[in-house]
Amino acid sequence: MEFFVAQILTGLANASSLFLVACGLSLIFGVTRIVNFAHGSLYMLGAYIGLTLMETLPGHVGFWGSILLAGIAVGLIGVVIEMLVLRPVYRAPELFQLVATFGVILVIQDLALMIWGPEDQLGPRAPGLRGVFRIMGEPIPKYDIVLLIITPIIALALWYMMARTRLGVLVRAATQDREMVGALGVNQAWLFTGVFALGSALAGLGGALQLPKGGADLLMDFTILTPVFVVVVIGGMGSLPGAYLAAIIISVLNVFGVTYIPQSTLVLMFLVMIVVLMIRPYGLFGREEVAGEHGQVGEPEEPIKPASRQTRLIVAAGLVLLALLPLIGSNFALVLSTDILIFCLFAASLHFLLGLGGMVSFGHAAYYGGGAYVAALLVTWTNTPMELAFLLAPFGAGLAAIIIGWVCLRLTGVYFAMLTLAFAQLLWSLVWQWQDVTGGDDGLVNIWPSDWLNNNTAFFYFALLFSVGGILVLRHVAHSPFGYALRAARDSQRQAEATGIDTQRVKLLAFTFAGFMGGLAGALFVFSKGSVFPNELEIVRSFDALIVVFLGGVKTLAGGVVGAAFFKGVEDILTRFEYWRLVMGLLIIFVVVVAPEGIVGSLRRAARRIGLGKEQPS
Amino acid sequence: MSVVLETRGLTKAFGGLVAVDNVSFQLQESELLALIGPNGAGKSTCFNMLMGQLPPTSGEVFLMGEKITGLKPRQIWRKGVGRTFQITATYSSMTVVENVQMALLSHNGRIFRFRSQAHRLYRKEALALLDMVGMADQADRHCAVLAYGDLKRLELATALAHEPTLLLMDEPTAGMAPKERIALMQLTADIVRDQGVSVLFTEHDMDVVFAHSHRIMVLNRGALIAEGSAAEIRANPMVQEVYLGGGTVFGAEEHADA
Repeated sequence: MEFFVAQILTGLANASSLFLVACGLSLIFGVTRIVNFAHGSLYMLGAYIGLTLMETLPGHVGFWGSILLAGIAVGLIGVVIEMLVLRPVYRAPELFQLVATFGVILVIQDLALMIWGPEDQLGPRAPGLRGVFRIMGEPIPKYDIVLLIITPIIALALWYMMARTRLGVLVRAATQDREMVGALGVNQAWLFTGVFALGSALAGLGGALQLPKGGADLLMDFTILTPVFVVVVIGGMGSLPGAYLAAIIISVLNVFGVTYIPQSTLVLMFLVMIVVLMIRPYGLFGREEVAGEHGQVGEPEEPIKPASRQTRLIVAAGLVLLALLPLIGSNFALVLSTDILIFCLFAASLHFLLGLGGMVSFGHAAYYGGGAYVAALLVTWTNTPMELAFLLAPFGAGLAAIIIGWVCLRLTGVYFAMLTLAFAQLLWSLVWQWQDVTGGDDGLVNIWPSDWLNNNTAFFYFALLFSVGGILVLRHVAHSPFGYALRAARDSQRQAEATGIDTQRVKLLAFTFAGFMGGLAGALFVFSKGSVFPNELEIVRSFDALIVVFLGGVKTLAGGVVGAAFFKGVEDILTRFEYWRLVMGLLIIFVVVVAPEGIVGSLRRAARRIGLGKEQPS
Repeated sequence: MSVVLETRGLTKAFGGLVAVDNVSFQLQESELLALIGPNGAGKSTCFNMLMGQLPPTSGEVFLMGEKITGLKPRQIWRKGVGRTFQITATYSSMTVVENVQMALLSHNGRIFRFRSQAHRLYRKEALALLDMVGMADQADRHCAVLAYGDLKRLELATALAHEPTLLLMDEPTAGMAPKERIALMQLTADIVRDQGVSVLFTEHDMDVVFAHSHRIMVLNRGALIAEGSAAEIRANPMVQEVYLGGGTVFGAEEHADA
């Protein structure tokens, strides 16, 4: 019993910073509709800034003052980010802003590395709170008790602000209908900046407050991001009490998980999330998502046409050139091209889902990594010949997609996106923690292709055949009746259902098909590298694909492939430099700001302006 | 004449509020039947139950004598019911003709086909339908750039794609200019005459209602209070009370129509 109580208290103390970061994210999403991927980075900045301040400011006042100042500093950084990066793109298509926030992640990662160095930093103990209290005989760190008391106070203060002040009224009103708030004469630009600053400050506060328990390191941005997303979704987007309750549930669960089933702590969190969303699709305290009710943002998508003879010829010529690469290019160029080809297929499969189906998946790596692992596991444990494993991998990924899609498609919008993320993370944690079978962190190695393919040139042609083939199939399906039905379901579900189209079935099949193609890319990947590690299933991998699809242009058929080729190429060049993330991040932000329709979309517009390409008859 | 659509005791309650209260009516073959009533009378709720968007609390709907209560919208569509929406619903990323082709693809069971190219299929049939509503010259325009009146006509062409026996039109002329309204309803009336389609529509514009409907039903607070020809409805004291009490300029409509 004593132990039990102690566990709960530890869990509650851990919930503290999780809650702060989560309610910051929730506030920002509620008002601005931006899924701020960079929220973990703000949390990390809070920790580092707090640490630096604590080293200079002495004593009690210094310690607590540092935490407060760290919060304020991160709030100001939030203002800068909002004004420089997000303001220019509020009018861009839905969810495009999250690409910009991903650029911010990269920039902050490298800036933190420059300023604070690569070593993990230990947080200082809070002055006067070094020891433990004995509660029912169990030792509880004094700082935990302080956190236990502080968190509800902050939560109450936030609640008071939301419920009783003018700012709170504005925020709540904007969460429900920001057009109306704008129509009533509220300056939305400053409301958005203010909310973004507040949310950022809360993240910074959370980062500084956990210092004595956790310290600061360069990985904490992504480490916190997943649980924060989970908390926000379980609690319900935009709900503070929900975030509080969910943070407690997750933290307490985690403490018990560590004690009783240490090998499945990661899995547990996602299982809880999936169960909650199955029962309450909009989280514990969330309301049904109404985003998008005010019409599509940005230009409407243009009708698609099969490529003209001219375009076909250009593409064919390009492919012939590519096929000649082994004759002229270096070994390095060959390997790089293989990487790019595989990544293009992966991105094209996501583009099919995202562009044509309007289904924003945050967890597409599940099928890419999934396909890779299916092949690797078959080879490792059953000695399956490479060819068979390669063929079965996409089917494995497709099977996973059917199951995941069936569950996720009950939801729409951001909840759908979050649930796909949860499933991808679930797979990732399974692979990570089920060491006996998957090798865990050590991955699975020695997954080489058969002899006839086991040199760079042969495998290059193999990858060329399947990547280009896969992309062409995806493109062809886009023009088929099924592809049209998918777009119909996206454009107007109401009309589609009223004209006999079972939109859920269409979407599920599209989800499965995209998963299958993602799995094919994964299978190509694993045999090109000879190994696979859990990071192929990671959130970062999903984001990679998401970013290139958005940057290439969601509303154009070629967007995914062009974006993937461009950014994979740039990345391969940049990663040779020390601070490549900084450059990459700035490049992403730059593209987002100057080309909000993506590379292909903006090029098309530019070409039309100078008189090239066909004008829409209007 | 046979009965195409029939409701018996159709009722919908949202909590304590009875939005549609025990509504029973019949729609005959080749009839253009108007359902009118002031705002909040329950017209749209009634419509949504007919089309399967809302399950009724009690009561039943029959199509050609077959019970269709509780079926999904797409199942009801397959039974030969077309509909147009109060706020147009079209596929904005497609061309005009592709919008109609989509309905034809669905009608012919080709949704789950992967090999052929959709824009080549049923193009001729789609163009014929567009021609019927006077939109053939706009067939290859991007749907997103159409004027609202044209979108309404496109929706009508789409709704006619599977040669429905019954057409449900929820405020077909809402948001249109007066001239366009008359033209659209004339078009609808012609289609009813030429193809033997039966139409049930709701409408606020009394010009449209009195000019084209064969029969009118009046709904108020969820209940049918009157039914009859245009002249009967105009002379009905209960209807006058509902409308004049509701502040609608009934007199003006009467003059315009006379």
